[in-house]
Amino acid sequence: MTSNVTVADYGVGNMFSICGALEYLGASVEMTDSPDRIASAERLLLPGVGAFADAMDDICNRNLVEPIQSFVSTGRPLLGICLGAQLLLSESEEFGSHPGLGLIPGRVLPVPNVALDGRPQRIPHVGWSDVRFRHPSPLLDGATDGTAFYFVHSFHAVPSDDRCCLAVCDYGGHEVTAIVSSDNVFGCQFHPEKSGPKGLDILRNYLIL
Amino acid sequence: MPNTRLVARLDVKGQNLIKGVHLEGLRVIGDPNIYARRYYDMGIDEILYMDIVASLYGRNNLTDVVKRTARNVFIPITVGGGIRSIDDARDILRAGADKVAINTAATKRPELISELARRFGKQCVVLSIEAKRLRSGTGWEVYTDNGREQTGLDVLEWVQRGVDLGAGEVLVTSVDQEGTRLGFEIELLREITKLVDVPVVASGGMGTLDHAAAVLTECRVSAVAMADILHYDRTTVSEVREHVRAAGIDVRIP
Repeated sequence: MTSNVTVADYGVGNMFSICGALEYLGASVEMTDSPDRIASAERLLLPGVGAFADAMDDICNRNLVEPIQSFVSTGRPLLGICLGAQLLLSESEEFGSHPGLGLIPGRVLPVPNVALDGRPQRIPHVGWSDVRFRHPSPLLDGATDGTAFYFVHSFHAVPSDDRCCLAVCDYGGHEVTAIVSSDNVFGCQFHPEKSGPKGLDILRNYLIL
Repeated sequence: MPNTRLVARLDVKGQNLIKGVHLEGLRVIGDPNIYARRYYDMGIDEILYMDIVASLYGRNNLTDVVKRTARNVFIPITVGGGIRSIDDARDILRAGADKVAINTAATKRPELISELARRFGKQCVVLSIEAKRLRSGTGWEVYTDNGREQTGLDVLEWVQRGVDLGAGEVLVTSVDQEGTRLGFEIELLREITKLVDVPVVASGGMGTLDHAAAVLTECRVSAVAMADILHYDRTTVSEVREHVRAAGIDVRIP
């Protein structure tokens, strides 16, 4: 059975890689900024690069907040990627305080620019980091604890309820959030579409949620 | 810290994967897409495409190659050669690349580095440097156009300037070592990694597994680029991975 994925196209720009990966896995992909199409999606994917506030502005200006929230209330699966994962939270502290979609209670905070041993560390956090799983999830079916995924980010989501933090990676001795989730809402801080076959496994799990 | 990266470097001329010695004396190897997919299947961490005649013609011809690769290779892709403007970079990134590497255009107009970093983020901008040891034996000069053109720039000064301008990564290709299979230019790479804080990718000269282990243990490079050692099947990605792991380097287990 073909999975149908609706990718929220709110002006992010480059979605070639994520759409290509979903199609490679056999999904039928539609990119749209239509509130109706998003509210009635079978599966919704929220991509994102750039700044949190700009992305929320773009989403608001296209009247997509309510459609996304109403999609989620039906219990169908939503996956946010990178900035798209951060947008799921209540608010972000990137360049001031900005409200998010509020689908997962919590805040978006900067990745620490000083390692635990006091040495400065590079921001953004870029590269293949080993991810440790903290709670079981259908998104992680068949995945191996400690697998490396590809990250590019300066901020990360910190849910108020620790059970919503499914997986973390280590950056300079700090725990950095890798996956957030609450019921049917999922967010990957890393790029599953750029993380090799193990990244595709995560997307494949999302397609059968 | 993220894992040390193993990068497959594919130099492309026209639509062909090629390999040279000292970046000259080119031989055609095959279809770059087939090789990129092969290395992906072997567990490589990143693909680096270089259009090696792009500067000659003033444009990068890799958009189609990158598009095809991005359809079945799901790891980061870096593309260099002939990128001279925001528009050039945007085309390549839209085709599925994650980073652009700039060399000639940056030496002619260094502000391009800042413009690209502002528009796409530092992590997208790789300063590519072709370094050749000075005849005096002390110091290195920046070359462009595959080691053909001298710039008069001192490599270490140029690296510092490029990073100050916003380069998020530095790719260092030793023109002297490139294609010789005699090992990386460790002395230069050590100087560069001491100088700047951004990731440094070592390129040029890998002939044995020990060469990879040596450069990774003797200086703090974040990645090694491999070309003909893979193209000619002299080793596999997993052999490299196991060898550097045994030397104590953290690499991704695919």
